Amino acid sequence: MDNPKVKVINLTKKFGDLLVLDDVSFEVAEKEFMCVVGPTGCGKTTFLNSLTKLYLPTSGEILVNGEPVDMKKNNISYIFQEQSTMPWLTVEENVGFGLAIKGVDAKAKREAVDEVLEIVGLNDYRKYYPNELSASMLQRVVIARAFATKPELLLMDEPYGQLDIELRFKLEDELIKLWQRTQTTVLFITHNIEEAVYLSEKILVLTNKPTKIKKIIDNHLPRPRNVVDPEFIKLRNEVTELIKWW
Amino acid sequence: MQKNKTLLYLILSIVSLALFIGIWYYFTAVLQIVSPKTLPSPVKVFTTFIDKFTNPNPDGATLLVHALSSLKITLTGYLTAIVIGVPLGIAMAWYPKVDLYVRPIFDLLKPIPGVAWVPLMIIMLGIGFASKVTVIFISAIVPVLLNSYSGIKQTRDVHIWVARTFGASDWQMLTRIAIPTSLPYVMTGIRVALGAAWTTIVAAELIASTEGLGFMIQQSRGIYRPDIIIVGMVTIGIIGSVLGLLLMLIESVLVKGRSKV
Repeated sequence: MDNPKVKVINLTKKFGDLLVLDDVSFEVAEKEFMCVVGPTGCGKTTFLNSLTKLYLPTSGEILVNGEPVDMKKNNISYIFQEQSTMPWLTVEENVGFGLAIKGVDAKAKREAVDEVLEIVGLNDYRKYYPNELSASMLQRVVIARAFATKPELLLMDEPYGQLDIELRFKLEDELIKLWQRTQTTVLFITHNIEEAVYLSEKILVLTNKPTKIKKIIDNHLPRPRNVVDPEFIKLRNEVTELIKWW
Repeated sequence: MQKNKTLLYLILSIVSLALFIGIWYYFTAVLQIVSPKTLPSPVKVFTTFIDKFTNPNPDGATLLVHALSSLKITLTGYLTAIVIGVPLGIAMAWYPKVDLYVRPIFDLLKPIPGVAWVPLMIIMLGIGFASKVTVIFISAIVPVLLNSYSGIKQTRDVHIWVARTFGASDWQMLTRIAIPTSLPYVMTGIRVALGAAWTTIVAAELIASTEGLGFMIQQSRGIYRPDIIIVGMVTIGIIGSVLGLLLMLIESVLVKGRSKV
């Protein structure tokens, strides 16, 4: 691959004697939507956290644009599994949080916040505090916050794991819209195979612990995708077979 | 619904207060089973209360002068405790090195009540303003510092991670994540400290005073005037409540989007 957006080279992570990530290497192309799937507890979160250096990798290297990843220099957004809105900030302040950290001036910040609030449909709720919103709205705030900084790389760790299925479908479609519009590179972790097939351009299948890469599958299904389409089901079954470790 | 509840609460408060004063009145003024030298009737206390606004006798100053004197000492000690205690508590919780140095001393001093410092303060600082303020300060700084400390410790990892992935500096994580997280706790500490400071005033004024509510109470004990003692106590209660209400107002402006701790 020429000039990959992200290049992971021999990434290894140990917690004490426990080997979690075992010599993982792969690349993500610019503007690609990659889903990472694997059995429960295989270290998917550790994988993302090592990537962002929230955990320091034991060995190996992560390059973004060919240089070691640096949160201050690279424009990265991370959507965590847990609810992560700041309860002391209003919706618009939450959405503008990343921009405020990066020192973006007031006018540009306002424009960016307005734009993403419009897309996720929270314009009428901009002055609300998180404790006044529903779970789905909170998740939209988090997604809006992640996109407001126009990240070159967006990391998502099972962002919809806690939501019911109807809501998940809705937010998945919203996410695809945002991704197509912003052309950001996305690395999306999920244990939900259907979700991975629905969203991704490429699926990275991980093995059980210690985590290695089992296979990388290209996903060229046309969009909008249909979960009952035979081609869709075929790919879904293929991934399921790969993950079965029992 | 909410309005009805508030009204009900108000009525209940008034009823219970009236009942309390009624019983007091019944036993002292009607049955007269308690000597007025031991416990005067509420009517007597009320007339003394009104009288003390203008009458400097028998303790040398009017109620207002006493109250202002006590307030000056309390607020000086209390505000100093906030100005030092809040940043120190935050620094201890955020910077492990500060914690390492300050914590052992603090843990040792924490269980000593403010009043226990009075004799030492008299020797060290004399019998003036400074020693009284210091006693108040010591009483107030403990809850302020403890709550600020534990408030910072409530910071959620995921908020720190969000900030860090956006490229936040350590200072930004402190000021934009940890301190806002701690705010309800800090405010609780400040409220608790107000109680501690204000109730310590009587003890602090045991140190030779010429005015102050504690002094007035002490003087009246010597000359068997329980009515003035009660007036002093009630005044302490009223001022304490008003200051507490004021703090709750400030808190409701500062702490948004969260239920109170």
